[in-house]
Amino acid sequence: MTDDLTGNPPKPDTTGLNIVVCIKQVPDSAQIRVHPVTNTIMRQGVPTIINPYDLYALEEALRLRDQYGGAVTVLCMGPPMAEDALRRALGLGADRAVLITDRRFAGSDTLATSFALATALTTIAQDRPIDIVFTGKQTIDGDTAQVGPGIARRLGLNQLTYVSAIDSIDLGKRELVVRRRAEGGVQVLQSRLPCLITVMEGINDLRRGSIQDLLRAARADVTVWSAEQAGVTNPMMCGLRGSPTVVKKVFAPSPRSEPAEMVTTEAKRPAQVAEAVLDLLFARNPKLEADLAARKGA
Amino acid sequence: MSETPAAGRAGMRKELPEHFRDYRNVWVFIELERGQVHPVSWELMGEGRKLADRLGVQLAAVVLGPKDEGTRTAIRQTWAYGADICYICKDAVLTDYRNEPYTQALTGLVNAYKPEILLLGATTLGRDLAGSVATTLKTGLTADATELAIDDEMSLAATRPTFGGTLLCTIHTLNFRPQMATVRPRVMAMPHPDMTRPAGRSVWYTLGVAEADVITKVLEFVADATTNEVNLAYADIVVAGGMGLQNAANFRLVRDLAAVLGGEYGCSRPVVQKGWLPAERQIGQTGKTIRPRLYIAAGISGAIQHRVGVEGADLIIAINTDPQARIFDFAHLGVVADALQILPALTEAFARRLGRETRILEEA
Ligand SMILES: Cc1cc2nc3c(=O)[nH]c(=O)nc-3n(C[C@H](O)[C@H](O)[C@H](O)COP(=O)(O)OP(=O)(O)OC[C@H]3O[C@@H](n4cnc5c(N)ncnc54)[C@H](O)[C@@H]3O)c2cc1C
Ligand SMILES: Cc1cc2nc3c(=O)[nH]c(=O)nc-3n(C[C@H](O)[C@H](O)[C@H](O)COP(=O)(O)OP(=O)(O)OC[C@H]3O[C@@H](n4cnc5c(N)ncnc54)[C@H](O)[C@@H]3O)c2cc1C
Repeated sequence: MTDDLTGNPPKPDTTGLNIVVCIKQVPDSAQIRVHPVTNTIMRQGVPTIINPYDLYALEEALRLRDQYGGAVTVLCMGPPMAEDALRRALGLGADRAVLITDRRFAGSDTLATSFALATALTTIAQDRPIDIVFTGKQTIDGDTAQVGPGIARRLGLNQLTYVSAIDSIDLGKRELVVRRRAEGGVQVLQSRLPCLITVMEGINDLRRGSIQDLLRAARADVTVWSAEQAGVTNPMMCGLRGSPTVVKKVFAPSPRSEPAEMVTTEAKRPAQVAEAVLDLLFARNPKLEADLAARKGA
Repeated sequence: MSETPAAGRAGMRKELPEHFRDYRNVWVFIELERGQVHPVSWELMGEGRKLADRLGVQLAAVVLGPKDEGTRTAIRQTWAYGADICYICKDAVLTDYRNEPYTQALTGLVNAYKPEILLLGATTLGRDLAGSVATTLKTGLTADATELAIDDEMSLAATRPTFGGTLLCTIHTLNFRPQMATVRPRVMAMPHPDMTRPAGRSVWYTLGVAEADVITKVLEFVADATTNEVNLAYADIVVAGGMGLQNAANFRLVRDLAAVLGGEYGCSRPVVQKGWLPAERQIGQTGKTIRPRLYIAAGISGAIQHRVGVEGADLIIAINTDPQARIFDFAHLGVVADALQILPALTEAFARRLGRETRILEEA
């Protein structure tokens, strides 16, 4: 991206691809606690990051922009502090960032989330039609992988999930060829723009933002929209009210009460320890030895 | 979700809306690709049978596919796995999985025949399809459930791990139908098919989508060079290594032991992140769930995200230098030892006991 270090956003590009990447801000670690009374997840004090899978989506978008021209917008639904995640995405080279934040979005399940994001995408598309919406494969917190298909369905975009490579894009014909991870193999799919692509991790090598991008990100504006500004006309479709799923119970898994039976042997030599392991194993599971012997090993 | 839901938490309204009251029966989507049914579909039939019996309703299988022998076989198998009804859509546009025609077929069937519960495998295909179908139907979808039950109010309670397995949550779709959930392969036990079970009722559905209307085309299917993808999840015996193995080269010790046992090998997540083994070898919350008869874990600490992927194993042997390692909390047998020494010793000991020639190992 050309940038004059003045902090002005680059002039919008009307050639190439108009791409939007959906990114979610997620807690950094699995160190999550549950409120003992309300059974809600306590996110306070836990550092946040861009959902790691979304970084591959962003990188793929930047790569396509660098190759075909165009612009990359990052879009996030979340609390006001999710602006951090968007600023980090700008630092990596995104051209524009939009945060949709509103109390009415709180408690959204995937149906309500895809509604809110699809509505914002429709509003973004008023400036210029969107060619590709990217999402990550899944998040590391909700971890459903349902938001991408939800957005595609709502906007009538061609849905390409679990994409491990984008082989080619023909801007003239508005066609593209991608590789999609399927069970037991890879589907090579030809489809058409506009489409929604959910990308596999490892599809590309992540970049570190350039100094110019980082400087620009520090000064650039993140567009912040309320539900209404995002284009929501029926708030009943958002948040808890628009969510058909109900989380009735959150609880910690009950640990198995019995710890392992330890192999105890005076022996030190690995060969002797191994024999002791087998002795105990087959003593406790008499049928196993015959079953193993009957298998074709090596 | 109707267009103008009542105020308050949508899911919390007490009464099931009038237009959902005739939704009945439990459906399982049968994942059929290139003539093969994914085993997760049969696992779900086993689970679906229990739910249907508890509700006092019928169990139905949904088979979508081309007009070929694979589809016919799949339909026959649904009876053996407990189906009372089989909803069938045979059409050439359903030859390879593509989102558009599959979504149309499944949502069309749901709207026509109104199931109260719809289950799919949490595979790449199942997740791709379930997300579209639930959005089209504007209903709730619980992802990656590990436990399904019917509560006292006759509603589906789907429990799933979250935050990498550190927590479980139970999710309901109270006021919308169908109640949808995806379930991971290998989480539910594989039921025994009863080949003598008589065929139930077949219901045929006409799709009405022309190939010309389907934008996305499958140019090619590149099968994985090895079928590890499925083999690891369905292997009877799995040997896995973690960071305790110290480098990529040492994974030869894991492979050798797996080979002599006729099993598969896998690893923990950081091993994949280091690039020592490919992602399809990863076991755990964000990798494969396994359910082998025997699982041997070497140099793996036993983090919750790993644990949730292996807990279905009948027998777990853990090898770790640290007697305090968490893996000993849930393994059945534990050995405090250096994996680099004990793995080759185990390989030899098994080879000798099981009458295998160690010579073969040199080539493995
Ligand atoms: C413990 C727990 C369990 C849950 N289980 C379910 C469930 O089973 N069913 C259900 O419907 N909801 C569930 N939810 C709610 C769900 O997490 C939220 O709806 C969330 O907003 C989006 O879902 P996700 O995190 O699973 O995203 P995924 O569908 O996994 O995300 C896929 C991609 O969509 C994009 N994306 C997702 N969220 C956002 C966002 N806020 N802003 C921008 N881009 C985004 C990202 O690119 C992401 O990589 C659960 C929530 C919790 C806390
Ligand atoms: C969202 C999320 C998802 C995750 N998903 C997964 C997943 O799917 N699968 C997964 O495995 N992890 C997953 N993890 C990571 C998980 O939390 C742990 O970090 C990981 O399982 C640890 O791997 P490890 O046991 O190999 O390494 P470590 O925790 O570093 O343990 C190494 C172990 O080796 C032992 N050791 C050292 N030397 C030797 C020796 N010579 N012989 C024997 N033992 C030795 C040590 O005592 C130690 O116990 C996930 C994490 C998050 C946050």
